Amino acid sequence: MGFSKDQLLNRLQELEIDYTKYEHPPVLTVEAQAKYVSSSEGALSKNLFFKDKKHRYYIVSAMVDTKVDMKVLSQRLGLGKGGIRMAPEEALTQLLQVSLECVTPFAVVNESARDVSLLLDQNFKNQKRCIFHPLSNEVSVSLNTSGLDKFLKSIERDPVYVDLEANPAVGKDQPPDLAVYVPSNSVVIPEISNETSTKQTPPPKSVSAEVKPVASGMPSDVSAKPSKPATKGKSVVVEKSTPLAFKNPEKFVEEIMDKTSALLLSEAKVENVEALAETLRKRLTSELTHLAIMYKNTAYTEGFHAGKHSQPKRL
Amino acid sequence: MEVDKKDERESDSSEQVVNPWEVSAKDGGKIDYDKLIDKFGCQRLDESLIDRVQRLTSRQPHVFLRRGVFFAHRDFNEILDAYEKGDKFYLYTGRGPSSEALHLGHLIPFMFTKYLQEAFKVPLVIQLTDDEKCMWKNLSVEESQRLARENAKDIIACGFDVTKTFIFSDFDYVGGAFYKNMVKVSKCVTLNKAMGIFGFSGEDHIGKLSFPPVQAVPSFPSSFPHLFPGKDNLRCLIPCAIDQDPYFRMTRDVAPRLGYSKPALIESSFFPALQGENGKMSASDPNSAIYVTDTAKDIKNKINRYAFSGGQDSVEKHRELGANLEVDIPVKYLSFFLEDDSELEHIKKEYGEGRMLTGEVKKRLTEVLTEMVERHRRSRAAVTDEMVDAFMAVRPLPSMFE
Repeated sequence: MGFSKDQLLNRLQELEIDYTKYEHPPVLTVEAQAKYVSSSEGALSKNLFFKDKKHRYYIVSAMVDTKVDMKVLSQRLGLGKGGIRMAPEEALTQLLQVSLECVTPFAVVNESARDVSLLLDQNFKNQKRCIFHPLSNEVSVSLNTSGLDKFLKSIERDPVYVDLEANPAVGKDQPPDLAVYVPSNSVVIPEISNETSTKQTPPPKSVSAEVKPVASGMPSDVSAKPSKPATKGKSVVVEKSTPLAFKNPEKFVEEIMDKTSALLLSEAKVENVEALAETLRKRLTSELTHLAIMYKNTAYTEGFHAGKHSQPKRL
Repeated sequence: MEVDKKDERESDSSEQVVNPWEVSAKDGGKIDYDKLIDKFGCQRLDESLIDRVQRLTSRQPHVFLRRGVFFAHRDFNEILDAYEKGDKFYLYTGRGPSSEALHLGHLIPFMFTKYLQEAFKVPLVIQLTDDEKCMWKNLSVEESQRLARENAKDIIACGFDVTKTFIFSDFDYVGGAFYKNMVKVSKCVTLNKAMGIFGFSGEDHIGKLSFPPVQAVPSFPSSFPHLFPGKDNLRCLIPCAIDQDPYFRMTRDVAPRLGYSKPALIESSFFPALQGENGKMSASDPNSAIYVTDTAKDIKNKINRYAFSGGQDSVEKHRELGANLEVDIPVKYLSFFLEDDSELEHIKKEYGEGRMLTGEVKKRLTEVLTEMVERHRRSRAAVTDEMVDAFMAVRPLPSMFE
């Protein structure tokens, strides 16, 4: 499903990026990695994967000695003092398609990571070479930052280097200096336990413009490890069921019927039918009107789009 | 436009300060709204007006009217008089997009405006003052424009009807007829007057001085020739928080000199921070407010841990004395968001007399807020960039009064 290490290394070669490869037993920590790749080969990196309260994700890749203060980073991103925390494992596997131990800047090659912001330690630039995992924790590659930059540019990413140890004041006259690196799209990773939407239908390909089905970006000769179920590809996408109820008449009516019958069943103990009808009306009117407005707005927007792109009549 | 209770400057705490950039009570106490109404010269919104709204719209008045959240006005009775005769009006409200994190307090004017739009069946213009935030918060132009679009999504998620709503950002829209009105307004306000109304000084940059007309002219229908061509007499009603009053006092003063009708206002009190009336809701303290991006778990946590309770220290004492409803935040929040009047009355009675405990009140509040935030999130997820473009397109709204 995700890019494999071999595909990545091939890509580096195609781009004529100079790198050195080190194979070793799987390593889970930087200390373990250091045993197999000595510091003379390059600077080791620590790679952190964060998320913020609005479900936006960040990879911060830094030199091992660079202090990364999450509170400061959160403020510099304009997210307040406690705005970021380590991302949960599901996010890692779904968005970056790597395992826990090998978060790496290279993970952004995956289509699923298109909305993940990548922040690189400025100190990398002073190093001859830096060491990262190429999507596998059994291999390390060392390369110069210019090579990394070339790679990132090839996937239409602007390399962003930041002084991670800086702690500028953030206040009314000093806006957060890293706010511009906050992704413009958030990603919802459906939690197994409390998914509140009523339908778990997979989104059709024609769903709203900013939603791109993940599977289409994948190269076809993917590694033979189908470790995730087929629905995984569809789940890393903006909330699924909501857009449908607002776009599709059947789903819209279904949503209305669901809400009405749920309320009907829960209020069934009321004695007379008139009172029941009154209750239904009272409790549902505002919610269903809201639903209808979103439906109307969605239809209008589609018309607007059609209008903008329609061609004049051919004479 | 909307401001949190964030102290921009250290103020002398012997007088309360209420203006678009600073809201603070006297000696760290509560805001005295009666004094404010007196000082500003607006009217209290009384029961008779609320009854009139009910009669004219044939529906129950919005919970914010019933509970006195929107409590002051200027000329709202004239708007109703005209409406009764068949003369419509349009709505104008706005937001200063200073941050992406929107909390419930930010949504209040929009929730109320949506009700007004539906109840009276009138069109609405929403101004995003990205230029203001660029100037006051020293954001880059691009950042403030980006925030404006992001905020627009949350605003749209409140449920505005695209066939009756025009959203615009100052950076995009200022020019043409809008700018002509800005110049006309500017000519009527001397530097001294502006300094008197807004507290500007010789140290402030000229951008700030020239901003007030930008917020004033959406009150005039001729600023929107694509919406209201030929309707120069169309009246305007502005729902906003009471700290915005200075802008519109200035506007009302200028309007007759330009041959325009004065805009009417309907004003709300401030939404308290979780920590209490004296606390400050601030974008940098995520625990001072409930955000629209909070999960059910976050909400439960914040209410339980940070919502200031008016309950007594021990159960025995509480059963004896009851809760202090004046300072209790959960009850205050419920009075904003719990629709059912009789349920709220019941809670106030039981809690105030000590029979209901804080935990129960907090639990109910958590339910109410979670449902609200969840609904907002679902709607927000359906707002695409294209939908924002549609709302912001300079287009006619043929069915705006239907």
